[in-house]
Amino acid sequence: MILTDHLPALQVVVPMLIAPLVVLMRVRGLPWAVATVTSLMAFAIAVGLTNTVLDSYSVTYEMGSWRAPYGIELHVTSFSALLLLIVTGASTLTLVAGKQSIDTEIGHDRQPLFYAAWLLALSGFTGIIVTGDAFNIFVFMEIASLASYVIIAAGSDRRVLPAVFKYLIMGTIGATFYLIGIGLIYMMTGTLNLADMEARIHEVGELRPILVAAGFITLGLALKAAVFPLHAWLPHSYTYAPHIVTAFLAACSTKVALYVLLRFDFLVFQQNLSTHEVQFTVFLMPLAVFAILIASGVAVFERNLKGLLAYSSLAQVGYILLGASLVSMPGLTAGLMHMFNHALAKGALFLAVACLGMRFTRLELVNLSGVARQMPWTMAAFVLAGLSLIGVPGTAGFISKWMLISAALQEGALGVALVAIIVVSSLLAVVYIWRVIELAYFGDPPEAGQSVNEAPVWLLVGTWVAALMNIYFGIIPSLPLSLASESAASLLQHLP
Amino acid sequence: MTSEFQILLSILLPLAGAVGIAITGRHYPNLREALTLFTAASLTAVVWTLLPELLAGERPSVRVAEMLPGLTIEFQVEPLGMLFAALASLLWIVNSIYSIGYMRGNNERHQTRFYVLFAVALSAVMGIAFAGNLLTLFIFYEVLTLSTYPLVAHKGDSKTVVSARTYLGILLATSIGLFLPAIIWTYQVAGTLDFTPGGILDGNLAGPAVGLLLALYVFGIGKAAVMPVHRWLPAAMVAPTPVSALLHAVAVVKAGVFTIIKVVVFIFGVEFLSTESSADWLLIAAAFTVIAASIVALRQSNLKRLLAYSTIAQLSYVVMAVAILKPLSEIGATIHIAAHAFGKITLFFAAGSIYTASKKTEIHQLRGIGRRMPWTMAAFTIGALSMIGVPPTAGFVSKWYILAGSFQSDNYIAIVTIIVSTALNAMYFLPIIFYAWFCREEVAPTNDHGEAPLAIVIALTATAALTVLLFLFNQPVLDLVSQPGGMSK
Repeated sequence: MILTDHLPALQVVVPMLIAPLVVLMRVRGLPWAVATVTSLMAFAIAVGLTNTVLDSYSVTYEMGSWRAPYGIELHVTSFSALLLLIVTGASTLTLVAGKQSIDTEIGHDRQPLFYAAWLLALSGFTGIIVTGDAFNIFVFMEIASLASYVIIAAGSDRRVLPAVFKYLIMGTIGATFYLIGIGLIYMMTGTLNLADMEARIHEVGELRPILVAAGFITLGLALKAAVFPLHAWLPHSYTYAPHIVTAFLAACSTKVALYVLLRFDFLVFQQNLSTHEVQFTVFLMPLAVFAILIASGVAVFERNLKGLLAYSSLAQVGYILLGASLVSMPGLTAGLMHMFNHALAKGALFLAVACLGMRFTRLELVNLSGVARQMPWTMAAFVLAGLSLIGVPGTAGFISKWMLISAALQEGALGVALVAIIVVSSLLAVVYIWRVIELAYFGDPPEAGQSVNEAPVWLLVGTWVAALMNIYFGIIPSLPLSLASESAASLLQHLP
Repeated sequence: MTSEFQILLSILLPLAGAVGIAITGRHYPNLREALTLFTAASLTAVVWTLLPELLAGERPSVRVAEMLPGLTIEFQVEPLGMLFAALASLLWIVNSIYSIGYMRGNNERHQTRFYVLFAVALSAVMGIAFAGNLLTLFIFYEVLTLSTYPLVAHKGDSKTVVSARTYLGILLATSIGLFLPAIIWTYQVAGTLDFTPGGILDGNLAGPAVGLLLALYVFGIGKAAVMPVHRWLPAAMVAPTPVSALLHAVAVVKAGVFTIIKVVVFIFGVEFLSTESSADWLLIAAAFTVIAASIVALRQSNLKRLLAYSTIAQLSYVVMAVAILKPLSEIGATIHIAAHAFGKITLFFAAGSIYTASKKTEIHQLRGIGRRMPWTMAAFTIGALSMIGVPPTAGFVSKWYILAGSFQSDNYIAIVTIIVSTALNAMYFLPIIFYAWFCREEVAPTNDHGEAPLAIVIALTATAALTVLLFLFNQPVLDLVSQPGGMSK
């Protein structure tokens, strides 16, 4: 076997093995450098896997050459590739750009631990994505979550502690629910391999434990994905976490949970439970609609910049779910596209926030009055990414919004109502993004004479790379589009 | 130079100019303004050299990218777009000369930002004019909205920012809320968004749905200012006068009616619409806007706001002419775009000239000003006569064709509207002319002013001359728009 055959395993193993080494590095700057290089390697592996997936439908890898379903199987599809690109890309870009921001927020003595936790989170996320084993997903989910709690709490802002404690409790409940569900399914089918489960669950599909398991798994994952109304942990964790951590997690953490949720719903449950469509139409779709409207509404009145963007993230989770809950090829493709495009927009926005964070200790909106005059590059990137979030044509956000509206329009009268909701929430997005822009560009600086400089160059470069990717993928979206439509096709393969 | 390259160049050139202006602006204001003029002149050259090819019947097109399967970013030059681009690029030169006089004469702040965004806006206008399908048009339509927002908010005080919020709010809300769903709906039923002579909807849509889709378009294209989505235009008057002149009398508002014409002619198709009775409301809505806006204009005391309401009425003239759905009136609509552009930019130039020289903004202050500013008021008179439709001005020509089209179809609503609005136009423009020339100043102004700066006078004389010239030499324009494959099938 040559090295490329081991890519699925290396994707997870590389950051996981380097993480403990990072703890030992006491030379200033070295932990960052090693973590960045590792993340870059992970990104390169993800790109390699994407190439393979684009050529030949999917890659399976047997850990230790144990045959599935007895051994653990890694399974990389186009859906996993899409998520791998998002996660490793977000981690790499934020690490490359964010050194100075991290240095100001986290003391050098604690940095080795911080970067080790970061790499563990990365390895956990990629593990969830590549594995084909339900229990393995749980293990990696715990790794990713525990590491996330650590990096969120790493900042110096003490308000993060209650927020992260809330996240810890809710996250643990979510993971436990998931574990209970898996346990019940294992009890009934005797397998943990997802592909095997898919085949065997059919025989026992009508029995109550399976239904209960479906409920536990859906609820547990919805908690992790911050689906409304299980979102309470998210806004404060994002608001008070170190800026770079927010940028990393906002781009990928909820999406990974959604990825597992969609895989269970579409591949394991959909064709085996007789009335499973009901879950989408009467359960997930209304939740998605509430998430879109309520979270956007809250964002309009939010006073803290990061809080505003965090609520906007909740609304975007709603968009992704809405697309999926249409249970149609165009709808699901739109939802998956939005995963990618939202990661681009939110990543860029939170990087711009990190730029602002270099110069402002408090990020209440009132503090940012007139800031565009002092930090023109930062705010210009913010505007670009904000336009993508709104869905202005020419940006990535427009592509997914276009696809979502087209998909909804194929649903008849219900679709027209959904279009109205999408339009209203887009307008709410205009309002909350414009509150920031208007204040930054036309507000009066709070104190004359107090001058602020532009953010450090590297951070700006990273922010602009992310912002320009919004434009690039808004005009040439063929890469995410082919991944998303292939994933949608594979998720829907069992449906008539 | 191939025509494909020319099309792309006409969009990229203003953008390149914007970058140049931004670089030179901070330290070399003279170079910055020279660069603006140079960009405007070279853009005009590029656009106008496309003209012969078009008159020979060519329809050059170029495809840039494919966003989603079947959805492309594509440009195609056809007579209507050519006219719009030619108009906007030519008037940009004149307007730049005027801007230099105005911005310096009033010591405005942020002049670099002003020139940069102006160039970006012109790039968007070229994109709209040459768009080969609705998606491309929509992209540049939004770019135009976003790039003009900071120009409206230019002053930056709280009153201006509130007005700019109205401007952006209405234009973005209508375009995202109505225009975009209309486009997606069209794509769903027709499977394409390409501008096609004869339309793409015939056979794909019927009954009340046609009227509904048309409503989504007409009110979604907020830039056309059909009531009740007109409020952004008076709000935009807080901008510096060059912005009001080129953008809110020519580029932005004409982009609106231009889009409506494109949608009616190349998406619905004139013949298809004339068979659908559910689309008849458009004529009445436009006629109502013409009359109502004229009546509101009567009651204005601020000169720029009066001009804004007059613009709303004149835009709906174009929409009404389109809605008559007769070849003659479609030609009239197209010529009215040009005629109104020349006339209204002259009027705004005059208003800005008066403000620069005397700081006067209200109509009652204008007694006797004709003696102090003869050039300005002469130009104003020509512009006003063109609005009313008196020969020898351009307004007469377009009104002639629109009336001819209405008689062709015995459309009495349109005929009555044109007659009444002509009377109303006379009622609000003639008193100003009378005050300016035939009354004496009640009190002498504190600053004993004469004419505005030379750059301003040159610019408004040029546009006034164009207003008269279009009356005398309208044949080339007629030739252009009455080409086969142009307006009529």
